[in-house]
Amino acid sequence: MKSLLIDTTKCVGCLECVGACKRANNLPEGDTEELSWKTYTVVKEFKGIYVRKLCMHCSNPSCASVCPVGALHKTSAGPVVYDEDKCIGCRYCMVACPFSVPKYEWSNPLPRIRKCIFCAERLAKGLQTACAEACQYGATTFGDREALLEEGRSRIEAEPDKYINQIYGENEVGGTSTMFLAGVSFSELGFRTDLAKDPMPMLTWKVLSMIPDIVIMGGVIMGGIAWLTNRKNEVSLHELMEKDKEKSLNKKDSK
Amino acid sequence: MTMKTIQFPKLTFWRGVIAVIMLLGIYSTGYRFIKGLGASTALSDQFPWGLWIGFDVLCGVGLAAGGFTITAAVYIFNMKKYKPIIRPTVLTAFLGYILVSTALLYDLGKPYNIWHPLVMWNPHSVMFEVAWCVMLYSTVLALEFLPIVFEKFNMERPSRILRKISIPLVITGFLLSTLHQSSLGTLFLIVPEKLNGLWYSPILPLFFFVSAIAAGLSMVIFESFLSNRFFRKELEIDLLEGISRVIVVVLGCYFVLKILDITHRGVLPLLLVPGMERSLFLAEIFIGVIIPFILFAMPKVRINKKGLFISAFMVVIGFVMNRMNVSITGMAASSGVDYFPTWMEISITAFIVAIGFVVFALAVKYLTIFQPAKSEESTEKFEEYTTEFLQDETAGTIASYPKV
Repeated sequence: MKSLLIDTTKCVGCLECVGACKRANNLPEGDTEELSWKTYTVVKEFKGIYVRKLCMHCSNPSCASVCPVGALHKTSAGPVVYDEDKCIGCRYCMVACPFSVPKYEWSNPLPRIRKCIFCAERLAKGLQTACAEACQYGATTFGDREALLEEGRSRIEAEPDKYINQIYGENEVGGTSTMFLAGVSFSELGFRTDLAKDPMPMLTWKVLSMIPDIVIMGGVIMGGIAWLTNRKNEVSLHELMEKDKEKSLNKKDSK
Repeated sequence: MTMKTIQFPKLTFWRGVIAVIMLLGIYSTGYRFIKGLGASTALSDQFPWGLWIGFDVLCGVGLAAGGFTITAAVYIFNMKKYKPIIRPTVLTAFLGYILVSTALLYDLGKPYNIWHPLVMWNPHSVMFEVAWCVMLYSTVLALEFLPIVFEKFNMERPSRILRKISIPLVITGFLLSTLHQSSLGTLFLIVPEKLNGLWYSPILPLFFFVSAIAAGLSMVIFESFLSNRFFRKELEIDLLEGISRVIVVVLGCYFVLKILDITHRGVLPLLLVPGMERSLFLAEIFIGVIIPFILFAMPKVRINKKGLFISAFMVVIGFVMNRMNVSITGMAASSGVDYFPTWMEISITAFIVAIGFVVFALAVKYLTIFQPAKSEESTEKFEEYTTEFLQDETAGTIASYPKV
């Protein structure tokens, strides 16, 4: 699985990655401060430290799990890609993403979801992502996830004073394909540090996987109750009819 | 004649209100579909779900829950007493679901793709399950409602067939409702870090299910009073009294669950944090659960027309607050923006509700929604049971059983 390792200690904020991303994905100019339908990646500054923001490409992505029509899916190569022809525009992916990455074309009457797709087409051609290619300072590295984790660990080991001992994205929400190294705690750099180590889709799957049981059990119970109560009804109905017959017989007798 | 002169001005007023709502609604509809969601709504990347999901969908589905509870009570639990309210309740549920689907067309970015979940499956998605349940349950409700239409056109055969499958139909409806009333809660299980801890709970699906039952039954009471006011329908206080007893029990269960959940999850301290979340959470619990629980628990209130109405209305308001709190208030803080719907969003919501009222009124006018008065009914049933039933016993037409 291909991944990116972003070393925030090496980033100088030159924005080459942002421009390369726009060119590679034919995105319109503008919106370079925050992610939007025009921008798949931005570089933010936190007290002199530059931090890229882009889709994390989770190993088990919430967006893909919640999409009712499978318009978003994780490919085995690593990217979480989007199929605009499938999309119905429910925006559940935007609600569900723990990193609030997917953006919407609000001004378009027939809007699409927009987010970094890890240059999936370039990857298919055997190229690396445009942002990694554009980075002259080694801040964004492209490679296999295992190799990058290895690389990250060795950088931390080599310079333990420079780095904190954590690779963001190694375990967060079950692991991501976009990973970060930092010299200060990640919460200071605008990262969510309250995320669970388990993949988010497990939260809903625990409930969803109970559905067949609920249907079978519920069907049997409700059917049984209906059978019992309506049988009771039939019995009392017959009793009523018997009584009526007796009554009419008695009437005839008395006549 | 005198009747008409009394009725006339009242109807004109409501017709006027509805006409204004319709005009605004049609304008907003055009605007939304031509200019898009960005131009017509206050939604944004930070706040992608608003009034249409929170009210039109989450509340719409929940308030239609009377449909499955009352049909189950009559056909499965054999409480024949509630038969007279089946028709208006099924009609309300059916209309409710059609209107929820309509609202969804407004909210979806690509509404012409609404059929996609039929052929593009993702069983891991709660939304996929909701889509299927809504489709299937709408079909079930249509089948439950059709006999009333057949009756109008004297079509005996199809309605006989439908009557024969009424029990499986009701059971299917019950299961589908259980599944997707709760799955509307399951939708929010994926956002533990976004939804405020007062509302986020692993048993959110259970909360949604239980509260939908209380709200659905309260809606039955509520709409009985509206029908009484607008269609001069006789009020069956004894039925409503029975329903309100059930509401007491359900509200009690809901409250206990809520307390247990809040204490077990250790979020009691959140109640000490002043702010919008706390105020709205407490308002929701007091207005929708505690006060109506106390009111409904009093026999005096249960047999009092006004008492029933006010208590039921409070449950409905509390329910609406809860759904809005889960989908809007509870998500506000983490989104970092303040969302308030535009007038166009509000007008479309009002438009959809108004259509519901109009269609309901038309159905009452042209179909037999409210069944004949009791005395008539009992003689009818007596005849059925002495003649028809003996000949066609196995047909087991539940509908023709007498009250025993």
